[in-house]
Amino acid sequence: MTDAAIDTTRGAGAPNYLTAGTRVRSWLLSTDHKRIAILYFATITVFFMIGGAAATLMRMELFTPEADVVSADGYNKLFTLHGVIMVFFFLVPAIPTTLGNFILPLAIGARDMAFPRVNLISWYLTLSGGMLALASMLLGGVDTGWTFYTPYSSVYSNSYVTLAALGVFISGFGNIATGVNFIVTVHTQRAPGLGWRRLPLFVWSIYATSIIFVLGTPALAVALLMVVVERLFGLGLLDPARGGDPILFQHVFWFYSHPAVYIMVLPAMGVVTEVITCFARRRVFGYTMMVGAMLAIAVVSFFVWGHHMFVSGQSLYASLIFSFLSFVIAVPSAIKVFNWTATLYGGHITFESPMLYAMGFVGLFTLGGLTGLFLASVPIDVHVHDTYFIVAHFHYIMVGGSVAAFFAGLHFWWPKITGRTYNERMARAAAILMFLGFNFTFFPQFIVGYLGMPRRYHVYLDQFQVWNVASSLGAVILAAAYILPLCYLGWSLIGGHKAGDDPWEATGLEWQTSSPPPEHNFERLPLVTEEAYAYHEKHEHPKERGGGNQDSQGTGHRTRQERSGGRHGPGPHADNPAGGGR
Amino acid sequence: MTPESVHAAEPNQPFLRWSRQREATTFGLWIFLASEMVFFGALMMGYAMHRYLWPDAFEVAGAHTNIWYGSINTAILLTSSATMAVAAWAARDGLRRTVLTGLGLTAALGMAFLVLKGFEYREDFNEDLIPGIVAFPLDPPQTQIFFSYYWMMTGIHAVHLTIGIGAVLTVAWVVAKGRTDWTQSGTLHGLALYWHLIDVIWIFLYPLLYLVGRG
Ligand SMILES: [Cu+2]
Repeated sequence: MTDAAIDTTRGAGAPNYLTAGTRVRSWLLSTDHKRIAILYFATITVFFMIGGAAATLMRMELFTPEADVVSADGYNKLFTLHGVIMVFFFLVPAIPTTLGNFILPLAIGARDMAFPRVNLISWYLTLSGGMLALASMLLGGVDTGWTFYTPYSSVYSNSYVTLAALGVFISGFGNIATGVNFIVTVHTQRAPGLGWRRLPLFVWSIYATSIIFVLGTPALAVALLMVVVERLFGLGLLDPARGGDPILFQHVFWFYSHPAVYIMVLPAMGVVTEVITCFARRRVFGYTMMVGAMLAIAVVSFFVWGHHMFVSGQSLYASLIFSFLSFVIAVPSAIKVFNWTATLYGGHITFESPMLYAMGFVGLFTLGGLTGLFLASVPIDVHVHDTYFIVAHFHYIMVGGSVAAFFAGLHFWWPKITGRTYNERMARAAAILMFLGFNFTFFPQFIVGYLGMPRRYHVYLDQFQVWNVASSLGAVILAAAYILPLCYLGWSLIGGHKAGDDPWEATGLEWQTSSPPPEHNFERLPLVTEEAYAYHEKHEHPKERGGGNQDSQGTGHRTRQERSGGRHGPGPHADNPAGGGR
Repeated sequence: MTPESVHAAEPNQPFLRWSRQREATTFGLWIFLASEMVFFGALMMGYAMHRYLWPDAFEVAGAHTNIWYGSINTAILLTSSATMAVAAWAARDGLRRTVLTGLGLTAALGMAFLVLKGFEYREDFNEDLIPGIVAFPLDPPQTQIFFSYYWMMTGIHAVHLTIGIGAVLTVAWVVAKGRTDWTQSGTLHGLALYWHLIDVIWIFLYPLLYLVGRG
């Protein structure tokens, strides 16, 4: 991508960020964004396993129509545990705090985040919030569901709601601080020459996400606080007996929690863009539109929350508007899918494991998004509200989409983060297994939901069993696909080969420094001279039969020879450098 | 950058130049303030909705806050913003004594606000103006909603103020010890932004809680 200013002749013994200090203190008090990212990795991995364990128990219970593993109350607590942990302590922080924290400063050629100490404090806030939530689960659990709906949560629930809500509340401030940090970092720490139109889309995606962190999270804090002060001090904002309004909670809660879906999805889109361009060896199609789409999503996501409340008794006119806006927000998402597809066109595509995960993301996200369109229309939503159709829909977005993208990014940047390569064959197997297992688990839930099976029950009618058995069996495959990376990635730390600085021959500043990067990221700060995704130039070597210089736009049909020559793209001037505003 | 400051302390870790650090500090603070606006905005939105639903109850209840405490506290907080501004601008010119005096006064006024607020809370307690208790003195029951907002909004504001006082004292200590080049770092301007936010929020809370019942 850029310049030769970087000294690549470092001595083999020069310390990197991993070897720069080995005491526990040097990790727990580190202000190095790379070490903090590792702390987050460890934290969210543990939370992912806890949330996954709860899901495993739920799928076991649902294997038969009768109650045989847990009681009704136990089941309520399980799905609350699963939802709270997975949403607030895995999915929301997952990509921004780990890959974002590690890669974003490198990708903009910065020495660190703008506020390194705030970055560390954010981790402690996330961790202590998570610990509180976990404590509430261990003390006896919470039975409200992750949505904490009132008046059940504020008046009736006899479980540890306060503790769990406070946990989410506290970690929320960690998220806000992280968002502020990212925004300021992108504004003030970019390398010379790295203008806004040259930023990699992963950076843009974290930027857009940060906007939601900053402007959405406080609403969640207020919603939870209203529940907490009613439980603790008897304030009555949500108590209908005194003129309070339980629906007020839903409004404030979803004002955050719908945009939160995009906190999970926007960074995923960013990761996938990096991966697809790299393994198609193509400049991204429609750069400007990709940026615009992400910013549009960040803004419009704040105005669709009412689609969660079509059956909550909100005004019909409000429902109409929210329905319309929910259709509108599908447009930028669709643009992104089209642009990824167009990026692939004419590319020299290879299917390394990150690419497999990314392709899985595109497919599953599309399916989740399309079913989201069904749900945006009021009559269908009223029909399938609180059924497994909803459960399947948002799992396609969050698990099929976000988690797949998280794994795509993890595999893509693993050599950079650890300096080691992993077993590619195993990784491909895991990626394929994850895709299959996911569909096996959640596609039946679309069907059984449409047939009328309600969510959040531990028993169900006999006629739904076949779909539930399928779903539970799929979950076994999915679980295996999640455990597999733990093994081969863990092994790579011990037995992996040295990765080299740029194993994928990717563009992007993070690949210009060593793997793992030195403590201050770059031996000399880089200078950027061209836009992101210059894959054409990077691989143009002289023996190419001029294929790289041909202007393919004019030629209606290319020969097969030329097309394979087009593996390095149709030439530097075939695309509008900015991708164009098509 | 003046030639003198080249010899002064280095900027904080990722920054190469003081001007960048100043810019980043104030910019970061502004973004954080946007976040705070949503926080209080959500509460004010709820207040607006409930007042629209129960105008009579809000009128009755609004007459039972103590306008003396509210007004005096408003004056105190506005004054503290002035002393804070003096400290922030004096920092630019390196007037150490003025900065320390300004910060000291700001913290003292902030604490005076909290003390008065404490007296006011005690009075509210004595009058049983606590939502949720059986003997809530006012009618209709929706007056409790007004007082729910009263306790929640003033409580959260007081928490912000307490954090603000802590921050002012910390910065005063940093300036007194000469821990960083505070003339260059923009720390005082960031602090001032936060302090003014606390002030501005109160300027909204004062009419909502003390004036509405006295039309
Ligand atoms: Cu939504």
